[in-house]
Amino acid sequence: MAIECLVLGAGQEVGKSCVVVTINGKRIMFDCGMHMGYLDHRRYPDFSRISKLGDFDNALTCIIITHFHLDHVGALPYFTEVCGFHGPVYMTYPTKALAPLMLEDYRKVMVDRRGEEEQFTSDHIAECMKKVVAVDLRQTVHVDEDLQIRAYYAGHVIGAAMFYVKVGDAEMVYTGDYNMTPDRHLGAAQIDRLRLDLVITESTYATTIRDSRYSREREFLKAVHKCVSNGGKVLIPTFALGRAQELCILLDDYWERTNLKVPIYFSAGLTIQANMYYKMLISWTSQKIKDSYSTHNAFDFKHVHNFERSMINDPGPCVLFATPGMISGGFSLEVFKRWAPSEKNLVTLPGYCVAGTIGHKLMSGKPTKIDLDQDTQIDVRCQVHQLAFSPHTDSKGASDIFIKRCQNPNFKFQKCSSSGAPGTSIQSCQNPDRSLTPRLQVKDERVAEGILVLEKSERAKVVHQEELLHRVGEKRHHIRFAYCCPVRVSDSTDISSKSDRDSCLQLLHSKLSCELSGGNIQNFGENLQMDSFHISVCPKDYCPYRIHETSHSETLAMYFCCFWEAIDEKLAWRILSAMENLDLREI
Amino acid sequence: MKLTCLSKGGGFHFPPCHMLNFCGLRILLDCPLDLSALTVFSPVPAGFVSLPSKQSSSSQTFGSLGLEVGSDKRSKVEKPLDANSLIFAEPWYKSVKNLHLWNWCSIDVILISRPMGMLGLPFLTRMKGFSAKIYVTEVSARFGQLMMEDLVSMHAELRQIYGPEESNFPPWMRQEGLEMLPSKLREIILGKDGGELGSWMPLYSAADVKDCILKVQTLKYGEEACYNGILIIKASSSGVEFGSCNWILSGPKGDVGYISCSSFNSAHAMDFDFQSLCGTRTLIYSDFSSLSVTQDVEDGSDSSKPSVNESLFLSDNNSSSVEQAECFLNSDENLEEKEKLVFISSCAIECVKSGGSVLIPVSQTGTLLQLLEQLIASLESSAMEVPIFIISSVAEELLAFLNIIPEWLCKRRQERLYAGEPLFMHANLIKEKRLHVVPAIYSHKLLMNWQEPCIVFSPHWSLRLGPVVHLLRRWCGDPESLLILEDVLNPELALLPFKPIVMKVVQCAFPSGIELHKVQPLLKMLQPKIVLFPEDLRSQISFSSANSFTASYYSEGETLRVPCQKDNTELKIATDLASQFHWKKLKKEDINVSRLKGELFLENAKHHLLLQNEQDDSSKRRPLLHWGSPDVGRLLTALSKLGINATLERVTSNTESQSSCILHVQDPHKALIEVGATSTVITAANENVANLIFEAIDSIMDGI
Repeated sequence: MAIECLVLGAGQEVGKSCVVVTINGKRIMFDCGMHMGYLDHRRYPDFSRISKLGDFDNALTCIIITHFHLDHVGALPYFTEVCGFHGPVYMTYPTKALAPLMLEDYRKVMVDRRGEEEQFTSDHIAECMKKVVAVDLRQTVHVDEDLQIRAYYAGHVIGAAMFYVKVGDAEMVYTGDYNMTPDRHLGAAQIDRLRLDLVITESTYATTIRDSRYSREREFLKAVHKCVSNGGKVLIPTFALGRAQELCILLDDYWERTNLKVPIYFSAGLTIQANMYYKMLISWTSQKIKDSYSTHNAFDFKHVHNFERSMINDPGPCVLFATPGMISGGFSLEVFKRWAPSEKNLVTLPGYCVAGTIGHKLMSGKPTKIDLDQDTQIDVRCQVHQLAFSPHTDSKGASDIFIKRCQNPNFKFQKCSSSGAPGTSIQSCQNPDRSLTPRLQVKDERVAEGILVLEKSERAKVVHQEELLHRVGEKRHHIRFAYCCPVRVSDSTDISSKSDRDSCLQLLHSKLSCELSGGNIQNFGENLQMDSFHISVCPKDYCPYRIHETSHSETLAMYFCCFWEAIDEKLAWRILSAMENLDLREI
Repeated sequence: MKLTCLSKGGGFHFPPCHMLNFCGLRILLDCPLDLSALTVFSPVPAGFVSLPSKQSSSSQTFGSLGLEVGSDKRSKVEKPLDANSLIFAEPWYKSVKNLHLWNWCSIDVILISRPMGMLGLPFLTRMKGFSAKIYVTEVSARFGQLMMEDLVSMHAELRQIYGPEESNFPPWMRQEGLEMLPSKLREIILGKDGGELGSWMPLYSAADVKDCILKVQTLKYGEEACYNGILIIKASSSGVEFGSCNWILSGPKGDVGYISCSSFNSAHAMDFDFQSLCGTRTLIYSDFSSLSVTQDVEDGSDSSKPSVNESLFLSDNNSSSVEQAECFLNSDENLEEKEKLVFISSCAIECVKSGGSVLIPVSQTGTLLQLLEQLIASLESSAMEVPIFIISSVAEELLAFLNIIPEWLCKRRQERLYAGEPLFMHANLIKEKRLHVVPAIYSHKLLMNWQEPCIVFSPHWSLRLGPVVHLLRRWCGDPESLLILEDVLNPELALLPFKPIVMKVVQCAFPSGIELHKVQPLLKMLQPKIVLFPEDLRSQISFSSANSFTASYYSEGETLRVPCQKDNTELKIATDLASQFHWKKLKKEDINVSRLKGELFLENAKHHLLLQNEQDDSSKRRPLLHWGSPDVGRLLTALSKLGINATLERVTSNTESQSSCILHVQDPHKALIEVGATSTVITAANENVANLIFEAIDSIMDGI
């Protein structure tokens, strides 16, 4: 059985994540993202590769969205409403709550600001969200009779999840973006011990190992503090969700500790609204923040106020969070135009900016002038600080989570951004060697008493050996081995006396126990026993099992009748050879 | 599988409790407390003149009982039940009656289906040798913890009054003490059959609660937990409360669904997810709510209960009115519930209008929230400003918690998440200072904001503990004030210490649980093979033979055996191991057999047979089991093929008609083969010879 992956986006690049996996007859689309860098048809995954005729309902079983970032969800309304897919879409509760905000914001930027023809409407977004089934972490959801999915915490942004998928015997995980180091407001990705056939993981930073988050946060706070204490203004262009809350927790906490009075502003609208969501979804944040809910909800920021457009030119220091991130337009651009010419001011940028945005220009080199369009040029004298912490895993995190947590040592790693170019098909064979290594091992010897029976036109069955006899209608025929073994005893022993015989057996027991270290010889008084091997004194003058070829010398010998079964023959011959060499005269 | 119903419970606050033996595991389903039994104790005796000290009446009170009750006082004549009949002592708590008869060390798993179902848990977890794994949904665990903490803090107030207990056997528990009690109280303490004294315990401590919570494993709905590889445990929402659940257990031998009190249309919690119970072979039906409801209705129809109420109140004060909201289950859209809420809030508004205050000792969180929202709406529509207080040591945390659990709420509430609105309105009410949440009656914040008339929510519904006791004392003589009671089992007894009561009392039961007429359609949908019903339901529902399942009935204190469900369990054999099997075709019949080897594992309730790590001499494994009887002639030929010459000696056994033969071998080594009808004995001094002979016999026989 093969698992087939069709990578429609995000292979070797950041943007429009979309992978279609065929697994045991089920076809699942993981993420349905768009590319921020393109404005033409290339911004969406090439859906025609899924179904030439556009019959997506029959071509796909379901869609799974890992988190609300546009490069993971941006094309969803287009795909479900415009292309037409009516099947279920699965995402976590926070993603379902926040994705429409992101989509609506993106749609507005596209239509209202850039004047583009809209790809999907607000109604499309609303209709699309109706198809969404919200899932909680660790919940096993039965999509249909054969397909089970389960979400695991992925860090990265609120509600981000890695998805485990099981169809019949085939199991896989699609990680989406995840983060192994907990940040200010989110915990680290977590997953169970699983035996997987395939893992598809992000690898944005797979080739780097980043230094500690703590020092990078300190750098950021230092830069902000220096700027505001010199009377400068700090512009933090962010998207409404995720980074804004993380930095805000960081700043709010810092303000509290250092008793700073400089105002922190949120550009009105989206971000304030977003905080409302964060407050309700606090159980999806880190443990520390979660535990504080009853005394003070961490997303009730104490030092944060609303920003009015009229305040742009107000004097005095401040910190402003403005959307959109990367200064790709909108309010953040408006503020940037006003504040960039002063060297007292500071702009902080995230670790990654899409090519073509002002953020990207600021990061590549140190421009003193930026051409906005033919008529507008911005003087850039302000300082630029680049935030070096990112909610993505690095290579250490990626290997940690799967090498250590997953039990299948030979599974295939599919790093999408390194191995598969968009549109390529990756074939992965199911690994036959799926070793189970449970933590607690209990050996059950009764396995050897089990018989596998194959009868015509019946299912294979395991029966106990006794049951098989019953089934065949036959009686068991015991095949045993016997040997009446002589052992040298003291001349004074009276073989006909029972007490002497018993004491000899006891002597034999202690001697054999010494000889055969490791085995446990059970003493029943009249006889000795080790597994199926029985020893008892043979008082008879003539015993049919008394076969000796090398008769002992004139010393007196006591005979011990031994019986055993085929299964213990190795043991039996070891005991017998020990017995023949024993001398019960020595004490 | 075996099911023992330890207790049927009683009412919403005392869920049933069962012991289930399944897959060789002992599983306890819920561990509640019977808090309604608290009514035998007197509430905080603040301002009470008849303190159990002096001349008032030493025979009626219990403080002095152990010391000086003379034998002459033990008259058989029963005194009328009044406030002084109640026990003046630090209350003890009644756990499930038959539970203490079980050895708790032998419990493997405890499943908690609702917060009320875990109130008795600290009694178990603090026991030495307790080792069971406890599964609770995340939200139930949190609510349960808050309820237990609240109970401990309310109890502390009583402990302050009575001081530390001197003995671990309080006077009221002694024989002479019990005999002095009115029969009504005695029945509550001892139970109907008189055997329940052993289930009374002094309350656990805050440390016990903390320790208990640490031992709890929390789950989400639909999360699969695996106990010891053998049992997969899954909770699915039951709709009756926040975090309440039904359980689906699956083991190698089949699966069982446990249906606790469930609600199809919840106004707050996530709806009853009956789909997840679909296809479960055995169902344990443990929703007793419909039973108590029908009983209520019956009581109402022969009008015994209302008349008792009437006489009770009328004797105190003729002007007082008792209104009892009847409860009938009908609604598909919660109409009934909605109507009741409207009714109650209209009563409350009227009362406030006439200058009285409203006291609501409701502890059902869902009802509380609905009532709060209804009251706010009514107040707004009548343009009134009346402060609303919630007085409870845990209310603040509980209310904050409610606004962060969107995943556990009904569809309507979840829509509020998607719309970015707070899940419940109380957060805004608190901000607007229309709702005051305070931890205790003496809180500074309460004193600062206190004004009457007002509306107060406060525990405890038993009317023996918590802020409600003080407020009830304050208002019970005010004809304009109103007390809204939940469905308390014995309202006369509950109100006894507050007599004479002039304030208005409304008792209202909210429907919870599966309505009787919905049981049949539900089961039709779920398609179980076996359903275990409470005996009491037998008369209520008759299952026609058209049903595809067999119904068994269980009753309290009895063990019901249910036949093992599946004949066969499944074994998964690793491919690499299966390819190594040596197949043998049986001579007589067309059957192929192979002896198993490998290592047997149990994981996720499935058996796996895997290749053994250590490679023993598996290639030269010998058949261990033979059947039939060997033909001596063929044996001789087989032996000679292997180079062994034997001579035959026929010995006729003297005991049986069956004869046995002895074959003597001289060459290459001396050996002897004794062939009988059912056994063969090989004797040889040489290992190789013995082996060869065995091979020869094996070759002419069927064996595996």
